[in-house]
Amino acid sequence: MLRLPRFSYLRPGSVAEAAQVLSEYGSRARVVAGGTDILPKMKRGQMEPEVVIGLGHLNELRGIRATEDGGFEIGACVTLSEVVASPELRAAYPGYVHAAALVSTPALRNSGTIGGNLCVDTRCNYYDESYEWRKALGFCMKKDGNICRVAPASATCRAIASSDTAPAAISMGATVVLVGPNGQREVPVESLYQDDGQFYMTKAPDEILTSLRMPSPGRWKSSYVKVRNRGSIDFPLVGVAAAIQMSGSVVEACRIVITAVGPQPLDVSQAAGALVGREIDDALLEEVATEAAKPARPLDNADLSYVWRKRMTRRAIEQAIREAAEVA
Amino acid sequence: MTTVSLDSSTDLRVIGKSLPKVDSVGKLIGLTAYADDIELPNTLYCKLLRSHHPHARILSIDSNAALAMEGVVAVITGEDLPIKYGIMPTSQDEHALENEKVRFVGDPVAAVAAVDEETALAACRAILVEYEPLEAIESIEHGLLPPTDEPIHDYAGPGNIHRMGALEFGEVDEGFANSSFIREDVFFYEGNTHLPMEQHSATATFVGDQLTLWSSTQNPHYVHRALARVFDMPMGHIRVVAAPHGGGFGGKSDPFSHEMAVCKLAMITGRPVKCTLTREEVFYVHRGRHPVLMWVRTGVAKDGKILAMHFKTALDGGAYGSYGPASMLYTGALQTTTYNIPAYRFEGVRVFTNKAPCGPKRGHGTPQPRFALELHLDKIAEAIGVNPVELRRRNYVKPYTRTINHLRITSCGIEEVTDRVVEASGFLDRKKRLGHGMGFAVSAYMCGAGLPIYWNRLPHSECIIQVNRGGVTLYCGATDIGQGSDTVLATVAAEQLGLWPTDVRIVSGDTGLTPVDLGSYSSRVTFMAGNAALQAAKEMREILVKAVAEKMECSPSEVMVGDGKIGELSFEEAAVLAEERFGMLSTRGSYAPPANIGGKFKAAGVGPSPAYSYSAAVIDLDADPYSGEIRLNKVWIAHDIGRSINTLAVKGQVEGGVYMGLSEAMMEGQLYRHGLHKQPSMLDYKAFTFKEMPEVETFLVETIDLEGPYGAKEAGQGPLLPVIPAVVSAVHDALGVWVDEVPITADKIMRAMDAKAKGREGRYGPKSFPNISYPTIVKVPPFDASSSAF
Repeated sequence: MLRLPRFSYLRPGSVAEAAQVLSEYGSRARVVAGGTDILPKMKRGQMEPEVVIGLGHLNELRGIRATEDGGFEIGACVTLSEVVASPELRAAYPGYVHAAALVSTPALRNSGTIGGNLCVDTRCNYYDESYEWRKALGFCMKKDGNICRVAPASATCRAIASSDTAPAAISMGATVVLVGPNGQREVPVESLYQDDGQFYMTKAPDEILTSLRMPSPGRWKSSYVKVRNRGSIDFPLVGVAAAIQMSGSVVEACRIVITAVGPQPLDVSQAAGALVGREIDDALLEEVATEAAKPARPLDNADLSYVWRKRMTRRAIEQAIREAAEVA
Repeated sequence: MTTVSLDSSTDLRVIGKSLPKVDSVGKLIGLTAYADDIELPNTLYCKLLRSHHPHARILSIDSNAALAMEGVVAVITGEDLPIKYGIMPTSQDEHALENEKVRFVGDPVAAVAAVDEETALAACRAILVEYEPLEAIESIEHGLLPPTDEPIHDYAGPGNIHRMGALEFGEVDEGFANSSFIREDVFFYEGNTHLPMEQHSATATFVGDQLTLWSSTQNPHYVHRALARVFDMPMGHIRVVAAPHGGGFGGKSDPFSHEMAVCKLAMITGRPVKCTLTREEVFYVHRGRHPVLMWVRTGVAKDGKILAMHFKTALDGGAYGSYGPASMLYTGALQTTTYNIPAYRFEGVRVFTNKAPCGPKRGHGTPQPRFALELHLDKIAEAIGVNPVELRRRNYVKPYTRTINHLRITSCGIEEVTDRVVEASGFLDRKKRLGHGMGFAVSAYMCGAGLPIYWNRLPHSECIIQVNRGGVTLYCGATDIGQGSDTVLATVAAEQLGLWPTDVRIVSGDTGLTPVDLGSYSSRVTFMAGNAALQAAKEMREILVKAVAEKMECSPSEVMVGDGKIGELSFEEAAVLAEERFGMLSTRGSYAPPANIGGKFKAAGVGPSPAYSYSAAVIDLDADPYSGEIRLNKVWIAHDIGRSINTLAVKGQVEGGVYMGLSEAMMEGQLYRHGLHKQPSMLDYKAFTFKEMPEVETFLVETIDLEGPYGAKEAGQGPLLPVIPAVVSAVHDALGVWVDEVPITADKIMRAMDAKAKGREGRYGPKSFPNISYPTIVKVPPFDASSSAF
């Protein structure tokens, strides 16, 4: 079997200590919670930390708390299964909870955490293979090489944003708390990512994501649609989170966030402007979905053809809006 | 599930029951030691260094740095294993470690034995290999062209052509001339792999000139022979043990590099050496389903009766011969076992490419042409306005007949399996609506190859039964790869001896302890090893009955056997009595297929079998006209099992075949890009999970074959075959488009729908078949009926 390489495992006593240790080791260290992303990648030589800093045992990173504004703060090490099992979260954020429920398999959701899913590595089928395979191919810029294999003319890596929960969190206007050596800061989830598959997160390497803050759902209704080849295990080929406020059958506001069609989740809510003040009908929905799908840039680095994935983006947007608005 | 028996005998006590497999408890509680569970004292661990180039000359190999590493005990290269081997006598084209050139990414060039896997892997990376890259051949079309650098192999040819065949039976041109309707179609079947849960593993010891290999192999006998060849050792000094299996499906049927490497390293170091492949390496070892491009032309009379068929195939063989010569012929051999084709021409070619070598996977060489043939008949049915079931019925073979290519058909339940699925599914009365469809297909498969892989006159299967200390032990070389062959042997013996299957201890798959069985391939074990076991068990029964009859002072015919008793005595008492009377109790059985089951022409060795199983399937699905996504609703499968030995196990095999067929039909592809496997991992090589599996309703039809043990036939491979065309046919029924290529994925369906929307032919698939210089066609004279059994 593929073996884990040698590394030192540190078990800090607090988040502050973890942040301290992380800044000490810098790029030689990585934090691990559920381990479902990082451990296989270490086996394949995609990540080679000398030091792995465990977070999963820290109680301060666990727990789902109701906040004063009517929202919830979810600790970064709460597992995806715990989110799925929470009736309060399900009632408030059906899109987010559904997204969590669609991640991988039950076994991996029991281990994988919500913080880990927000930080999950971008994916590319020129990258997600063993060291020996990547050596045979000629390495790529994301690891050990200097060009993008799927888009050789690209100056940046085009690996695919693959978190199911990120777009759902963005659609609810959620923020995350980041703790670094110089204290903590709170940033919107959408600003956590950038258009670069290699350096896909904007947080500093020595910052630790400690919690997700979901604001009060208010009258927002939400949904998440995931397109994939199989009914389990697979990462999204297209992911669409929609949130909508209705007044009777008239749309008051609508947010749409798409993912897995480029290196970062994309907020395409602007295209949903055409819905505001109107009743949803097939023609309108098609127009909105066509517009909202325009920034999608799937490439030949995932399952099935990129033409199909592009077209399915439009379909998934339509479906997500229908589900959020509860119209057939 | 229902079992329909065409035989009225009901006096069987254990045959036909639904019982757990005899080896199931050990597997359930985790006590079964699979090959990778074998840990001998002082073991060294082996890793192979594999090529990073699809096609390259090896200029030099420097393993000094690896040898100098702490914990490294030995490093070997091709110089240490110079003798070539291969599963077939005509394709001895593999070195355990390549020394002169590599032929695909993953081809092994060196092996390390070290104190642990981590050290062995680090040492592999320290071996310096200097390569001179050569042009890589990546497709069938490319393989048919003259190579610009050099051919992949220095034998066969011309160019990268490995094998060709061209045969004609009956008057094909005349058949076409007499036809009132003629149709041509082109199909492509993408290659795929076996994906067994268990990765290959092997451990070897070399003690006092005795070499022992424990391996996850389906064919210990052929591995035994290959080891004797490569190490130039007497067979008697080599023992190959097939460890309990975590799945084979054809992928563990060849002798492999890692098996040779651990043996050589055990000889050099004097310590046990073990090698377990990674999942990625299993994709490289492969020997799976050949990608096949197919062209078929059929002429029918007004009533839909087939008058002539011309079938052409081109196979992508990958880098080595493996079973390829047989695989190529199998793409043309069994079309005639379901339909009466009075004139038949077959032309086939297999090309070498710089990919992992292809070989046998469940259905070996026949799922591809079956897919093409069934869809081709659907298209003919549509064109001439006959429903597809009726068209097939008009052409079905009859029991106890000869096919035009000289194959002997015996028991044949093709009508009955058709009845079962068509009636249960309501196929003929289905309501037509966009997005919903049903598909129907039939197939046949062999119950064991009529000839061994290498020419010899030995029995194909032998069995010993010993009774001592009141207990029964059955020894047979057959290898249980999860298909349940140990259970079949135990059940056959138990029936004769009046015992329960778990009363019979099975020793199998061990060339040092058991008599020969050729292996678990070609669906041969129930039929052949089952017959050997039956013969041995009958003889043992006679001995026990004779002893008891003497004691009871009655005639042997008056001694009842059953429920653990022989006459008035318990089995144990009877066994002791018989041993006192006759001495050591041992009986034997052996089986070889009859000689007259096939033709006498060149290439006639592929196709003959002592019996054929028959299967039919109907599939019900929804297909989304926009996205092309398929939702499977239900599968009805009927299988002519001859006689069900253990109904639970048979049902498991049938439904396992349905699962594998659906997965190949809709997802799986051993795809290549830039000269290497595109996705050698279980995450990215898509195969069905149980979430994708629809409800399956299984019908067993018992035709009671006259030569099978208790009338039994095979279940391991046949039921996969009709599933694949039935899926594609159902998509056509739902959306009105043809996808003439598997896997039939959503994006391909979408492209066919696009073409239809633009007013073009609603089809996705290969546009044409290449112009291939097949050899001169050999016209085979009709079968000489005077030498026939009928």
